Amino acid sequence: MPDRIMKVGLFIPCYIDQFYPDVAKATYQLLKKLGCELTYPINQTCCGQPMANSGFSNLTKGCDVNFVKNFKGFDYIVCPSGSCVLHIKEHLKDGGTPAELEKIRQSVFELSEFLVDILKIDQLNASFPHKVGMHISCHGQRGLHLSSMSERVSPAFSKTEHLLSMVKGLELLKPERLDECCGFGGTFCVFEEAVSVKMGEDRIKEHLVNGVEFICGGDTSCLMHFEGILKRQGSKVKTIHLAEILNSAL
Amino acid sequence: MGNRETILQAVASNKPDLLALPDMDFSLTIQYPDLLDQFIKMVHAAGGQAFYKNGNQELQNDLASVKAEGKFIINLLEENPAQDWAALNALELETLDTCYLRADLAVAENGAMWISETRMANRLIPFICQHLVIVLNPAVIVNNMHEAYQQLNVSAEGFGVFIAGPSKTADIEQNLVIGAHGARSLRVYLI
Amino acid sequence: MIVKQHADAAQEFIKDEARTDWHDETLWFVRNKRDKAVNTLPEWEILREWASHIKDHTLSNLDHYLKSFEEKAVENGIHVHWAATAEDHNRIIHKIIADNKIDKIVKSKSMLTEECHLNDYLQNKGIQILDSDLGEYIVQLRKETPSHIVLPAIHLKRQDVSETFHEHLNTEKGNYDPQYLAGTARHYLRDRFIEAELAITGVNFAIAESGGFVVCTNEGNADMGVHSANIHIACMGIEKIIPKAEHLGVFLRLLTRSATGQPITTFSSHFNKPRSGQQMHLVIVDNGRSRQLGRPDFRNSLKCIRCAACFNTCPVYRRSGGHSYHSTVAGPIGSILNPNLDMKANSDLPFASTLCGSCSNVCPVKIDIHDQLWKWRQEIVANGYVGNGKKVGMHGMAWVLTNPKIYRTVGRIGRWVMRTFPFILNNKLNPWYKQREMPQAPQKSFRDWYKENQ
Repeated sequence: MPDRIMKVGLFIPCYIDQFYPDVAKATYQLLKKLGCELTYPINQTCCGQPMANSGFSNLTKGCDVNFVKNFKGFDYIVCPSGSCVLHIKEHLKDGGTPAELEKIRQSVFELSEFLVDILKIDQLNASFPHKVGMHISCHGQRGLHLSSMSERVSPAFSKTEHLLSMVKGLELLKPERLDECCGFGGTFCVFEEAVSVKMGEDRIKEHLVNGVEFICGGDTSCLMHFEGILKRQGSKVKTIHLAEILNSAL
Repeated sequence: MGNRETILQAVASNKPDLLALPDMDFSLTIQYPDLLDQFIKMVHAAGGQAFYKNGNQELQNDLASVKAEGKFIINLLEENPAQDWAALNALELETLDTCYLRADLAVAENGAMWISETRMANRLIPFICQHLVIVLNPAVIVNNMHEAYQQLNVSAEGFGVFIAGPSKTADIEQNLVIGAHGARSLRVYLI
Repeated sequence: MIVKQHADAAQEFIKDEARTDWHDETLWFVRNKRDKAVNTLPEWEILREWASHIKDHTLSNLDHYLKSFEEKAVENGIHVHWAATAEDHNRIIHKIIADNKIDKIVKSKSMLTEECHLNDYLQNKGIQILDSDLGEYIVQLRKETPSHIVLPAIHLKRQDVSETFHEHLNTEKGNYDPQYLAGTARHYLRDRFIEAELAITGVNFAIAESGGFVVCTNEGNADMGVHSANIHIACMGIEKIIPKAEHLGVFLRLLTRSATGQPITTFSSHFNKPRSGQQMHLVIVDNGRSRQLGRPDFRNSLKCIRCAACFNTCPVYRRSGGHSYHSTVAGPIGSILNPNLDMKANSDLPFASTLCGSCSNVCPVKIDIHDQLWKWRQEIVANGYVGNGKKVGMHGMAWVLTNPKIYRTVGRIGRWVMRTFPFILNNKLNPWYKQREMPQAPQKSFRDWYKENQ
């Protein structure tokens, strides 16, 4: 871990703030325990991704401006969602000077890459004695390169798995199609409802075959989609965010 | 303005600024420890058969047994062709059973063999025959397609083809069926 | 004719779940074969890089290469024709057919002729073309269109093919054996090849330095037709050009490994000159390609070599079928090509994706497909091809998310409503709720907790 305590801004996606506060709490507590000087800028809302991915990036100026206002001046900005981080990295374009925007784009990190690449965590006191199925979220993987990709010819690695391997008692199980999309896809989940649900059901099926108790992921949006289907199926399998596992019994 | 000028003008005004061709270092491409072994593996993988032990004898046996069946064969390995095969049309070649010809180059990475127009005598022959027999000197096997194109001048003649295996299709439920429209079998003799 | 939007057609497709699963698994099997094949080459990612740069370079010098290609081809005795539009393409081919008084025509797979609707055009003039690729032949008999550019009949099961062949080729009823069915087609089609007077093919690669071109098939159907018939017409889009023959080494290594997992097609035929007594024609087609070349965000879609790897990997394509894309080229690449041809009619396609990015990763020429899908969404909205409901919703959402106080108020009220009156959202008007439960709305947001606990 770096010597200096770093000023870290906690970036919590809007839907996590509203619907999954436990994921945000786990992220907050975890980073605190790991020694970060952590602030949650209280006037943050949304990165603007829902509009931009729907073709309305012309409407994201307000979100950009608000984001920059809230997150200017941090050494790092950390967020428990690869998707929202990727949006900021690729599409933040208003609200500051080009240099300010560039600094934000460079300093925004998804939680697991922050833990592995910046904090260089090599041990955790976490314990989670359960069978856990790993869901790889596309934007974190293919956008932020949190793990190797099955399409590419390259050495295998996974920052998420590296972290989970430090958790006591956890049995990690992988679905047959290692990194297929869950079908959430932002507004795709309602505008292409049939395909979206079918994709989610198919992913879940592979986890159920493995006998998992939890499906774990780094993006709550994918998990929300899984959770909705699992609950409708009356399944006992639960979804859980990576932060919640890493923060468990720390 | 004609179509040609319309298109070329649109292309010229819409294209981006000139970008460079890549500097391709073919030494980075795959080299096999045993070219012959790799080539034979790929011939088999493509649905063909390869004979390399006593290749010449096997070939003579092959010729003799097909001849004995009294089928229409074309042997392009002969120095003096029995007739002017180039003059035959599709109808005349329809019943062609087996064709024997030589490939001048083969590729280890994929089992493909280069058949020049000269070697095939008639462009239709290697396609319309029911069974294709290719004779090959193992010394002409190269590692990969880059090496192949470095050695070949593919525009030297009017036509030429890389053939890898017998014709095939998987258009019904992805089930592999050997013998789509062209040859139903491929035998390769390494001599 | 009313064309169903992708989402509606997909919903229809998915109703038959067993068939959807089969379609998904069959194409996933192809994707797996691709993975195995590409992993045999340590240089795979380097090859993709080279191919991408060769195509970038070629597009940046395309007019020059087209002229060079034409000049050499003409020197080689090939008749070169230029078609600015699909209509021009069809008219040119019709004229060759009419001038030579031809009525026996075979065609091997050419997505360009599909794009131009050549078969329909000629049929209206009383001319029948026989599609000789087995998959295309099957869909032609069924009066359907290909649902996949490499595997045209992948939407059909052997039972479907058996019924079609029983009806048209008099095969045994109930005989579903692919060997038997393909064998019967072989027998029938060989006769058609032998009597063919004119053969139409596509072009995989056209070589600027030599005026030659390469056609790849597994079945040998292109060659069977071309070498039997006295006239060969090859149709190519302007983007099929590559500078030199040595570049074929790069593309042939990538093409089939990406497409089917084979290391090369069975036949890679190199045409340079007509055979003695044969007429060889080349039709070079623009049909919107030069327009796409002028769109900086989208021009590199013209690098596509039509391997369809992006189809096979796309989780949406596998579960919605090619016909749901209502276009000749379906799948992710189709979704970035088709809006250029008709933005309004294809405005749904860039949204038929989760933007998962797998398409860009398998693309052998490194087209940034998923980024272009994102960009087409912006373009389509900017051009007004978006429903009013969506527009109003997005403006509302943007307003809420731009103002922290309003965001918090709306969030608080929203969560309260969800807890107190769940039926307001838990009903059939909410597409999320149709097959999924809504998330449980907590009392407090994270911000509320943070303010109390920091």
